[in-house]
Amino acid sequence: MIITKQKSNEDILKLLGGRKNVFIVGCGSCAEQCKTGGKEDVQRMKEFLEKHGKNVTGWIVPDETCHIPLVKRDLRSVDAGLKSSDAVLVMACGAGVSAVRESVEIAIYPSNDTVSVGNTIRLGQFAGRCSLCGECILGETMGYCPITMCPKGVLNGPCGGMDKGKCEVDKNDDCVWVKIYDAMFVCPEERRKVIKAKDYSKMKRGAKTEA
Amino acid sequence: MNNFREKLLKNEFVVTAELCPPKGPDMTVFREKARLMKGLVDAVNITDNQRAIMRMCALAGARIAQEEGLDPILQFTCRDRNRIGIQSDLLGAAGFGISNVLALTGDYVSEGDHIHAKGVYDLDSTLLIKAMMSLNDGLDLSGKKLNAKTDFFIGAAMNPCAEPPAPHRLSFERKIASGARFFQTQVIFEMEKFAGFMEYAKEFPVKIIAGVLLVKSVKMALFLNDNVPGVHVPDDIIKKLEGALDPLKAGIEIARGQINELRSICHGVHLMTIGHEERIIDILK
Repeated sequence: MIITKQKSNEDILKLLGGRKNVFIVGCGSCAEQCKTGGKEDVQRMKEFLEKHGKNVTGWIVPDETCHIPLVKRDLRSVDAGLKSSDAVLVMACGAGVSAVRESVEIAIYPSNDTVSVGNTIRLGQFAGRCSLCGECILGETMGYCPITMCPKGVLNGPCGGMDKGKCEVDKNDDCVWVKIYDAMFVCPEERRKVIKAKDYSKMKRGAKTEA
Repeated sequence: MNNFREKLLKNEFVVTAELCPPKGPDMTVFREKARLMKGLVDAVNITDNQRAIMRMCALAGARIAQEEGLDPILQFTCRDRNRIGIQSDLLGAAGFGISNVLALTGDYVSEGDHIHAKGVYDLDSTLLIKAMMSLNDGLDLSGKKLNAKTDFFIGAAMNPCAEPPAPHRLSFERKIASGARFFQTQVIFEMEKFAGFMEYAKEFPVKIIAGVLLVKSVKMALFLNDNVPGVHVPDDIIKKLEGALDPLKAGIEIARGQINELRSICHGVHLMTIGHEERIIDILK
């Protein structure tokens, strides 16, 4: 799933600036799970904006705000609200903002920062696990992504900062290379193999792809 | 002037020290410190924005050290440049006749004074070593021919006392397989543990230079224990510092004792004196 974090209230107000009539678009998928775009979150945002002098012209929570045809269809049903707005606040990930962008012709603002692609660890707790680098190396690292889970993205063993199995950057975090090393007990020969430099020409995050 | 490589390869015990380029363009103090080291050490590591604190580049520092008659070891991190910048700066070093390079991944950005910067890490230290091997073969990383081959003498870092040791040995072996010829270690205080590492390392065709830090006070020792991964200052050293009338003097004696012990264990020592370069002469007495 896409992990999002809501911007500070202050930053959201700063983004909206002088625009008074705000329509809110949430997202019923990942953002709802992250509590950054579900119905309750949209409701909370509505009350907050109204308290700060904004007029909330309406709101909607599409099932998947990253799905352009679906969002276009859903937004047609709230056309009146949109027409009376001078800003849309999108409570979704960056892809959600982008899909709404394709569907309206008014100023558009994100309420969230998109943090990572990752896992739900337990209800309401998430961890980034993929950096969308375009060339998956998990086959060489026992399924743990050092590009994502190591702050330095080290491809060949822990850096000198690992001690007691922890990462020097955040001592609460396990060093991913200790995990990889341990998991390699099933194929110890892999431990000696040098992983080659990544091919960043494959990292085309803005590319169109077909199923 | 490349006595460091020759001595090391002849199995003579080497002594290296560390010089940190200035925060700012004035090289006066840097030159003074370099002069203090001349004739005392075999080579001087020129640090590369260490702890991710922005300073003058290591390459300029290494060039100045050369001018002052020192044999520099250029510390080179992967944090601040991609593979184009890496190779370009390495060619610059080679052009100046700087051939000793210590390949480092680089302290993370959040440790330093520019915490909002992007850490690059296009290559890691193992891949940096491979890149230097390629330049030594006269080819860049895209396979294009260079107008001459470089002659890098490639070093890397190792943290022999950090736990667990096995994953660090994975890094160590990958660095050796990629072309590292010498290692400069994290600061060593636990001699038995380090001797155990040397026992393991002896099967590899590399030279090991142990890190020795001048500990100036009890406060510094406790700070190291709390903050530096893989560094544990034992109680007996802390007691010696505690009981000393002049802790700096005690620290110099401790370092001197460590160096004497290390002479029979490994291939050299790397002195870190942090601001007390004038005491290197006393430590080496």
